[in-house]
Amino acid sequence: MYKYDEYDHAMVDARVAEFSDQVRRRLAGEITEDQFKPLRLMNGLYLQLHAYMLRVAVPYGTLDSRQMRMLAHIARKYDRDYGHFTTRQNIQYNWIKLEDAPAILQDLASVEMHAIQTSGNCIRNISSDQWAGAAADEITDPRPWAELLRQWSSFHPEFSYLPRKFKIAVIAANEDRAAMRLHDIGIQIVEKDGQHGAAFYVGGGMGRTPMIAPLIKDFVPLDDMLSYAEACLRVYNRYGRRDNIYKARIKILIHELGADEYRRQVEEEFKHVKSLGIDPPKAEFDRIAAQFAPPPLDAAAPDAIDRSDPDFAVWVDQNVAKHKVPGHAIVNISLKPVGGIPGDASSAQIDLMADLAEKYSQDELRVTHAQNIVLPHVRKADLYAVWQALDAAGLATPNLDLISDIIACPGLDYCSLANARSIPVAQKIATRFSDLGRQKELGELKLKISGCINACGHHHAGHIGILGVDRKGTENYQLSLGGSGAEDVSLGTITGPGFDEDGVVDAIERVTDKYLETRTEGERFVDTFRRVGMAPFKEAIYG
Amino acid sequence: MVEHIHSDGEEPAVTLDAFLSQSNATAVRLEPDEDARALIPHLDRLALIEVAFPKFRDGRGYSSARILREAGYVGELRAQGDVLVDQIAYMKRCGFDTFAPEKELNSADVEAALARWPEHYQGAADGAVPIWKLRHG
Repeated sequence: MYKYDEYDHAMVDARVAEFSDQVRRRLAGEITEDQFKPLRLMNGLYLQLHAYMLRVAVPYGTLDSRQMRMLAHIARKYDRDYGHFTTRQNIQYNWIKLEDAPAILQDLASVEMHAIQTSGNCIRNISSDQWAGAAADEITDPRPWAELLRQWSSFHPEFSYLPRKFKIAVIAANEDRAAMRLHDIGIQIVEKDGQHGAAFYVGGGMGRTPMIAPLIKDFVPLDDMLSYAEACLRVYNRYGRRDNIYKARIKILIHELGADEYRRQVEEEFKHVKSLGIDPPKAEFDRIAAQFAPPPLDAAAPDAIDRSDPDFAVWVDQNVAKHKVPGHAIVNISLKPVGGIPGDASSAQIDLMADLAEKYSQDELRVTHAQNIVLPHVRKADLYAVWQALDAAGLATPNLDLISDIIACPGLDYCSLANARSIPVAQKIATRFSDLGRQKELGELKLKISGCINACGHHHAGHIGILGVDRKGTENYQLSLGGSGAEDVSLGTITGPGFDEDGVVDAIERVTDKYLETRTEGERFVDTFRRVGMAPFKEAIYG
Repeated sequence: MVEHIHSDGEEPAVTLDAFLSQSNATAVRLEPDEDARALIPHLDRLALIEVAFPKFRDGRGYSSARILREAGYVGELRAQGDVLVDQIAYMKRCGFDTFAPEKELNSADVEAALARWPEHYQGAADGAVPIWKLRHG
């Protein structure tokens, strides 16, 4: 894991001091709310329906146990004893007092954490593959690349008042677990002639106009990566639309210019930017990469798992993934118990996961964009002990990637932008499909719910997506099918007229029944949909 | 050197169009949607470039400033308009050396803002040595 040096500490401390001063001036009435808003947003502080919400950055989703315990401490001391893990691999606290925010940031800084650029029209926290460093299919650990980008983008003087927010994801495997091409910049680390470099996909995003990022450059050498990113951002900062907030994301610029013209402008800018000497030397990458050195795992550790406890065996089959080192496994902890709020965890649960990471997972945890937690490096021989501890804490729901492993935004229960509630719909669907045998029969089925057009719940990328809208003062839910945020990225198609809360649950049941009737042997829901198209599903839903 | 500006007695800045069409002016004003690169052939005869910030949220002027400094402009580069104390440290990093805010700034706050950052992660137009260079010499 990356450890701060004196410079990193000094930068975060300076930011805490700056924000403390800004809060002081705001509370004293020296600056207006309008002037304060972008400042608090760049420190992760939103004003929501009922209170301030603080979004804490978890760079590329990686945490150690000390940091995880601090997240529990903040939930306990400053919030209502729980936190909400988000689709950007961050954590949000929903009940924060403005006057507590500086103290919280100070507490975070003491464990090398912050809320820098988790909001605002700037480069946001960099996200990555939650299995980085552990996945059997990666070509390298993407996190050193992400850390290089984190430092470059932190307090970037030119790109802090962009037309709109800017999200970057970095992966290094062909299997995409980070929805890479649905980011403003998606980077895939690839290999060419024995060297690693960055493939740049630019202009993806969800929101009201979802787009899949086109490939802008197939191979940017490490030595050029920051210059290339700088060129991509400069073209956007200068020419991205600022007349309409809904057309201000880079995806609209690239859509209007065309990928070829955007690429031409970036290449021209890159030639110039490259001459400025802003790319760090290889030694800096090596310094960072050394801190992500593979943990000392014993490849001779026993590979067998005692499956004699049937409940444990079910969980192993669903929630445990293959590790690159024999005798080890990746544990996925579901934060989606039936009837629960997707992504929520209590302080006690957060502490417990920290304890397990310290004892069994090389002191590492990950947050996933699907709002779950990962213990990346667990010995197979320890899996049963880990499962027992999780089970006792209500954290052993064996539903990873099943229909009840739902991504949902906070929706109208918390969010000032929402048109409809997301959480109760997620709870009703999970309850309707609570029978695990039925869920397993349906297989991989990614269901995602957004409470408004901004699509924080990734509904466009759901195998089944739900979008809550306000129709003449009542909540109405549109259903879409066939989206994916993975390497088979696609955008969902709306089925037809929307439903009320119970109606959408019924419609999903008709869709899944149709799938079971239509699928061929071993075919996933999304593959059946792609093969047969919308018509049979539409017929099943609307008659 | 960062100073507050009082515009008594200086030559008024002309618009980009007026400057490019004929003028022998030595001061020009650049709006957010105007291309800073249009000035590059004329930098040696310019003493002042005023970059307009009609709204503090419009960040195009930051790129304009860097482009001008990167092209070798050494004259006065002024941020004018909705320029707030919480933006000036970034503006300075992008190459601005003077500020003409519409609403007067508290000078103690200005000093604190400009002294805030001990170092910087990335290279920009202020000549600051980025942290990666400090790490590796």
